[in-house]
Amino acid sequence: MNKVFNSAAEALDGLLVDGMFIAAGGFGLCGIPELLLEAIKEAGTKDLTFASNNAGVDDFGIGILLQTKQVKKMISSYVGENAEFMRQYLSGELELEFNPQGTLAERMRAGGAGIPGFYTKTGVGTVIAEGKDHKDFDGETYIMERGIVADLAIVKAWKADETGNLMFRKTARNFNPPAAMCGKVCVVEVEEIVPVGTLDPDAIHLPGIYVHRIIQGDHEKRIEQRTVSKG
Amino acid sequence: MWDRNQMAERAAQELQDGWYVNLGIGIPTLVSNYIPEGVNVTLQSENGMLGMGPFPTEENIDPDLINAGKQTITELPQTAYFDSSESFAMIRGGKIAMAILGAMEVAQNGDLANWMIPGKLVKGMGGAMDLVAGVGRVVVVMDHTNKHGDSKILPECTLPLTGKSVVDRIITNLGVLDVVEGGLKVVELADGVTAEQMAEATKATLV
Repeated sequence: MNKVFNSAAEALDGLLVDGMFIAAGGFGLCGIPELLLEAIKEAGTKDLTFASNNAGVDDFGIGILLQTKQVKKMISSYVGENAEFMRQYLSGELELEFNPQGTLAERMRAGGAGIPGFYTKTGVGTVIAEGKDHKDFDGETYIMERGIVADLAIVKAWKADETGNLMFRKTARNFNPPAAMCGKVCVVEVEEIVPVGTLDPDAIHLPGIYVHRIIQGDHEKRIEQRTVSKG
Repeated sequence: MWDRNQMAERAAQELQDGWYVNLGIGIPTLVSNYIPEGVNVTLQSENGMLGMGPFPTEENIDPDLINAGKQTITELPQTAYFDSSESFAMIRGGKIAMAILGAMEVAQNGDLANWMIPGKLVKGMGGAMDLVAGVGRVVVVMDHTNKHGDSKILPECTLPLTGKSVVDRIITNLGVLDVVEGGLKVVELADGVTAEQMAEATKATLV
């Protein structure tokens, strides 16, 4: 079965439905599926729920879908860099579910691994724990968090082979593997698609079993905080 | 009184050789400038890196290499990368010896608030709730009072909590306090600060 598509729009063809739940990789603007987000904007799909650590900035990343009011709800750990996000949230136009960062990552991993819920100490005694099942193990209190299964995962990787085996680069890996795992369908954009047999099987970060469609493209890779040393 | 750099320098004395440590944004980031001679610590960045290096030169900037504050950084010979679920597996699993974090409020029982002001500032907790619940030791570095001169160290936090009874030690511009049974214990005063000044600036039970 061919997994390689020519463009982001082609790779998403037939997958986008109003009201759907999408898991997206990336941390800040690092390792975000920028081409697929742009294609979702073009497609105009509405009422989207996103599980994504952040919401991009006003004009890049998920921010571009906030501008067009295509997002109904965000499940995120940190959204501090986006003025339009704050405006929509404070005016009640946008729903927001804060998840602790590690809880969000594990919810994705667990959902993809067939684990419907898990217990964690994270958030015990805070608003995050309200309404959640509490259970003591070995004298410590934990809360239950649910695994996430998304209708679609959109992911950015560095290299893929034609079967979808993926390699990521440096800290651009971040949420991409757990997001990929939790999608019923996973679409990946990469900088380079290489022939089967090119990648060292021992160096593959995410096996192609999690990957259904792949595109190659040029990435802007915008830097959020350009910080340099004086020396 | 200590300034930001002196607070960071004091916090660096908490580090022990061989530790894996997570430093928060703000003053905690400065701690890496003062790691004592002979103490080897590995800095974790929760976006998926162990062995965080210094900021890059202009030529070495790499958009694929950032810290948890989204700043460009560099790698070291011992650096390892991993995904976010593995990053928080090592945090939740207690492998990180210590986190040094900033705070808006700390209560005398170790409750920590550093993520949200209701109705005002929507930013999120990021990895702070996972860190304070999972790491071996939590050290807070912050100004003793807010910009109105009110104590940030309180009998009880007024803001939504990041973690319940999680803080072990507080380092402020006035000195060092430990969370102990029944309240806070002053373990050190900053240069030129008297015990009376510390007591006056602290709206919590000192024992």
